[in-house]
Amino acid sequence: MHALLNQSINLYAAFLLIVSFAMISQRRILSLVHLYTTQGVALVLATVTVAYLTSQPHLFYSAVITLALKVFLIPIMLHRVIDRLDVRWDIEPLINIPTTMLIGIVLVVFAFNLALPISQLSSSIARSTLGIALACVLLSFMMMIVRAKAIPQVIGFLAMENGLFFAATAATNGMPMIVELGIALDVLVGVLILGVFMFQIREQFDSLDIRHLERLREE
Amino acid sequence: MPATLPLFLTLLLPIAGGGVLALFGHRERGPQINVAFSFATFASALWLTAEVILGTPILGFEERFFIDPLNAFLVALTALVGFTTSLFSQPYMRIEREHGKMTAPRMRLFHSMYQLFIAMMLMALTTNNLGVLWVAMEAATLTTVLLVSVYRTPASLEAAWKYFILCGVGIAQALFGTMLLYLAADRVIGGGEGALLWTHLAAVKTQLEPNILALAFVFLMLGYGTKVGLVPVHNWLPDAHAEGPTPISAVLSGLLLNVALYAILRCKSLAEGAMTNGLAGRTMVAFGIVSVVVAAFFLRRQRDVKRMFAYSSIEHMGLMTFAFGLGGPIANFAGLLHMTVHSLTKSAIFFAVGHATQRAGSQLMDDIRGLLQSSPTLGWGLVLGSLAILGLPPFGVFASEFLILTSAMRQLPWATPVLLLALGVAFAAVFGRVQAMVFGESTQPPLPHRPALVPVFVHLGLTLMLGIFVPPFLNEWYQQAAALIGG
Repeated sequence: MHALLNQSINLYAAFLLIVSFAMISQRRILSLVHLYTTQGVALVLATVTVAYLTSQPHLFYSAVITLALKVFLIPIMLHRVIDRLDVRWDIEPLINIPTTMLIGIVLVVFAFNLALPISQLSSSIARSTLGIALACVLLSFMMMIVRAKAIPQVIGFLAMENGLFFAATAATNGMPMIVELGIALDVLVGVLILGVFMFQIREQFDSLDIRHLERLREE
Repeated sequence: MPATLPLFLTLLLPIAGGGVLALFGHRERGPQINVAFSFATFASALWLTAEVILGTPILGFEERFFIDPLNAFLVALTALVGFTTSLFSQPYMRIEREHGKMTAPRMRLFHSMYQLFIAMMLMALTTNNLGVLWVAMEAATLTTVLLVSVYRTPASLEAAWKYFILCGVGIAQALFGTMLLYLAADRVIGGGEGALLWTHLAAVKTQLEPNILALAFVFLMLGYGTKVGLVPVHNWLPDAHAEGPTPISAVLSGLLLNVALYAILRCKSLAEGAMTNGLAGRTMVAFGIVSVVVAAFFLRRQRDVKRMFAYSSIEHMGLMTFAFGLGGPIANFAGLLHMTVHSLTKSAIFFAVGHATQRAGSQLMDDIRGLLQSSPTLGWGLVLGSLAILGLPPFGVFASEFLILTSAMRQLPWATPVLLLALGVAFAAVFGRVQAMVFGESTQPPLPHRPALVPVFVHLGLTLMLGIFVPPFLNEWYQQAAALIGG
């Protein structure tokens, strides 16, 4: 049973990575939110499994917080923003999708190499997944760079936080409770502020295309 | 537990202030309440520093907070500049409101977030937990994002968006670094909250796994370096400084950058302990030199006065990073002194610049003319402030830059001419611009209210004093703090 659960963590990790790639290739904003939600579900399952295997009660709490925040609260907020702003499709990204996928593969290889020496030292049960977590972080980072609209950038930002959260769970069996609470609070406040912000951008420019936001440049 | 009371007050007062001002910040008395809370915070911060100077480091609330000479000095500086900036924001924001740029809800947002911003910086400085340090740094960004975009102009929205996204990405790197630190500590101390407490980590720093620490430090340096405004991750800084209200530019430049540098210093001390090859110091030296040189050359190309002084902040933060990267008692001392005088001078300059732009109705330097003739005290404030920041004796910046350059000459001779060249370029650029702004004829109408010039001259007076004479107790204090950074 334990061996099976151990393997299941690898399964969730692989799932997270696939979702990250799906996010890169997805141009429909609504689908991006769905992908973000499934990533949240995988994260919750992975956290619960690690919590059960290591019998650490604080990981159960953090799984509950993740469930509330990343599966319910943030996706609901994103849906409301999308409905009220009526944005459906992202425009053509700055680099076309096949090229981004290829760069993504390079990033994954890089992440695995970077994580290799650390994973060997880590004593946690989920250590082999550290490379995947780092790859997810880098992929979301790239998504933030290549997308031209505000909402996909925000989803990239949130997906990066998911990757970091998974790295914390995988490598260290979770950060101390007080730190995780603080991070969750920061993410929540950040999303609220971004929501306010998108309405301000919309009001000002009549569009959520952040290419409007390129006036401040060094000439 | 007498020492925990001032600590408790220092942290609680600005949070309470944020709450009260969220309710009453838009009223007639809002600015006064803001000043009152800032003053109370300043008073309790002084009490706290007095306790630390007299006695030993304080560990408060079950080791969750930790005050030693290094952060006590920054707490006092933060509370002082927080207080003087609240004094400055009184007439400044009043004029902005009469110009129609601020409305009642925006005033409430400004006052409440200002207090919370100060609270989060004090939290970041006093916490013993490196995870909480990260949380507080991120929270300090979040409180200021909506302030940068408070005027709702296209440019300010863009600046705030950049500020949020770039700092968010940067600080995410720092979180990964903190996680790696926890991973390394986990192997020595064991899991739980203790493994992120700085005092515990410092006690075992020689046993931490050097490979993990090296990677952790790179991520932490990149992450917190974004907030310090080091090149090449500085892009948010000039925009946020130029587009936000001037009191926010003053506290961003004078305080937030310092707090981020403080975070790097704490991490550097751990990394140096674990690695014996001096990688951490060399990384900081490299980031520092690149920032100084790039910022000095960008200074020349600026047309917006607040952007120009924002680039000057990048230059000076680079200089401090360089000094701390060199390490050793003298360079650390110089870095700490530079931190103090830069905060004081730069915020004084922003106060003067703020009123000058209000008078001219524009932030473009070409539109600002004849300040000395139209309002002599304001003009002199800007002239003296600029001369001070450019490192002219007898101001304190001269003393600290001189110390940094001499220690560079001893420890890293090739860096000295590079730094001197960059400082020369910066001097020529800023001096020429300021000269054009203060001399000549002015046709602009005077300001409707008396500008707040007391904070400007108080800050400049303190900088002058530090250039001529560092009081013995302060000297002692700096030396203790410099020893704590080590290296």
